[in-house]
Amino acid sequence: MAKITYIEHNGTEHAIEVKTGLSVMEGAVKNNVPGIDADCGGACACATCHVYVDDAWLAKTGERSAMEESMLDFAEGVEANSRLCCQIKVSDALDGLVVRMPESQH
Amino acid sequence: MSDPAAHVLILGAGHAGGTAAALLRQYGHTGPITLVGEEPIPPYQRPPLSKAWLKGEADADSLALKPLEFYAEQQIDFRPGVRAVSLDRAARTVALSDGASVGYDILILATGARAIALPLEGKDLAGILFLRTAADAEALKAQVGPGKTLAVVGGGYIGLEVAASGRALGAEVVVIEREARLLARVASEALSGFFQARHEGHGVKFLLAASVTGFTGEGGRVTGVTLADGRTVACDAVVVGVGAAPNDEIAKAAGLECARGVVVDLDARSVSDPAVFAIGDVAHRPMPIYDRMFRMESVPNALEQAKQAVSAITGRPRPPGECPWQWSDQYDLKLQIAGYAFDVDATILRGDPADDRFAVFHLKGDQIQAVEAINSPPEFMMGKQLILNRKPVSKPKLADPSVSMKEVAA
Repeated sequence: MAKITYIEHNGTEHAIEVKTGLSVMEGAVKNNVPGIDADCGGACACATCHVYVDDAWLAKTGERSAMEESMLDFAEGVEANSRLCCQIKVSDALDGLVVRMPESQH
Repeated sequence: MSDPAAHVLILGAGHAGGTAAALLRQYGHTGPITLVGEEPIPPYQRPPLSKAWLKGEADADSLALKPLEFYAEQQIDFRPGVRAVSLDRAARTVALSDGASVGYDILILATGARAIALPLEGKDLAGILFLRTAADAEALKAQVGPGKTLAVVGGGYIGLEVAASGRALGAEVVVIEREARLLARVASEALSGFFQARHEGHGVKFLLAASVTGFTGEGGRVTGVTLADGRTVACDAVVVGVGAAPNDEIAKAAGLECARGVVVDLDARSVSDPAVFAIGDVAHRPMPIYDRMFRMESVPNALEQAKQAVSAITGRPRPPGECPWQWSDQYDLKLQIAGYAFDVDATILRGDPADDRFAVFHLKGDQIQAVEAINSPPEFMMGKQLILNRKPVSKPKLADPSVSMKEVAA
């Protein structure tokens, strides 16, 4: 389990206990957290689960894959700490993770 | 206009219906919501059924859109294992298969589509399967493995994804397709040839331009597929993937206008009844970028229409227009398709299929109508935007992979 704080673009915070093995995206979607659409369900096909990872957590969430990098290149408002959160697997090491959402996923 | 206390009844608990229920609460609807589904489990992702599920990498829990508790927590009256039998629009009630009658203020038809069966001799033999539901996938999973031969009738996306999964599980796989090429209705020839070669490289056998005339069996179980030329393909199980038909019978019987599905407007609202919406595979909907109406079978379409209907119900502005899209995963290939190749007068290949990275663009004049992208996210993502905003492009630039997609779109 890891406690993950999802912060909507308007500042609303959602602190959720997410099971190990799920993705950060699934943690949000299964708990009806608004702002992460994840249209493709985690296939890395749509770039609608874009989040900004808090700088302190960048190393622990790992590297973008080539496919993710390429998808992100065409998303709106991409920053150095942007990730597609369907590609971040939850583990105990991510307990306390904070991710922020962009204004829009489309 | 919107009534936050209205009772919204959703028929069909697939991707469209499940999403609509969750979105209603997310968008602030406080009135009662009833979600009726024929299957025994809450709404789930169907695309992994032909892939991760068959390979044992996913189950009902991992694929659930929301956990079961979600529905009670959100005061959504989820009724699994129940089908709608008839609709009385004058009384605003729906009769269900368990004998209940449920009233509504607003009705969302999200009844989906069903796999088309082949009306041929032997069609009821055990071992002839479809792939639409988790239960179907579970039945299929038990039939594929080393030493087994799986015959796949239909060389479309479902058939090819099942073929890839079947090979991954060690089964022999024979795909039987009526047309002279794979994906004949839905993809370009370049893509058909590419996928055929890749599948053959993985040991899948193809019988193209082959017409199935029936099934042979022993002791009530299928043992072969017979073809019009007299051949019989011996097999241990058959998957029939020859398309789907909309579940629009109760809509038709209730006098709602239907074409290839329930006819709706840009809010996903029935053109015959303002209290009724239809979303997902069952809807025949307008698509302004092509200036025409059609029915789509895809997850993005289900999500988009759920958003349209729920926006209209909760008094939110209509979502901006979208470019339809879909995807398919086979082996290490990611196919992403944006748009539909309507009225196309030119096709441009960008990149080299030998590199496993290329895209096929379909144009009408100098506007992109559709793109099929293999392992090529830039072509897909930028192509999708160009299709949506109808921006003309330079064909020579589009054909030259050394010119970036951002430059093509500039």
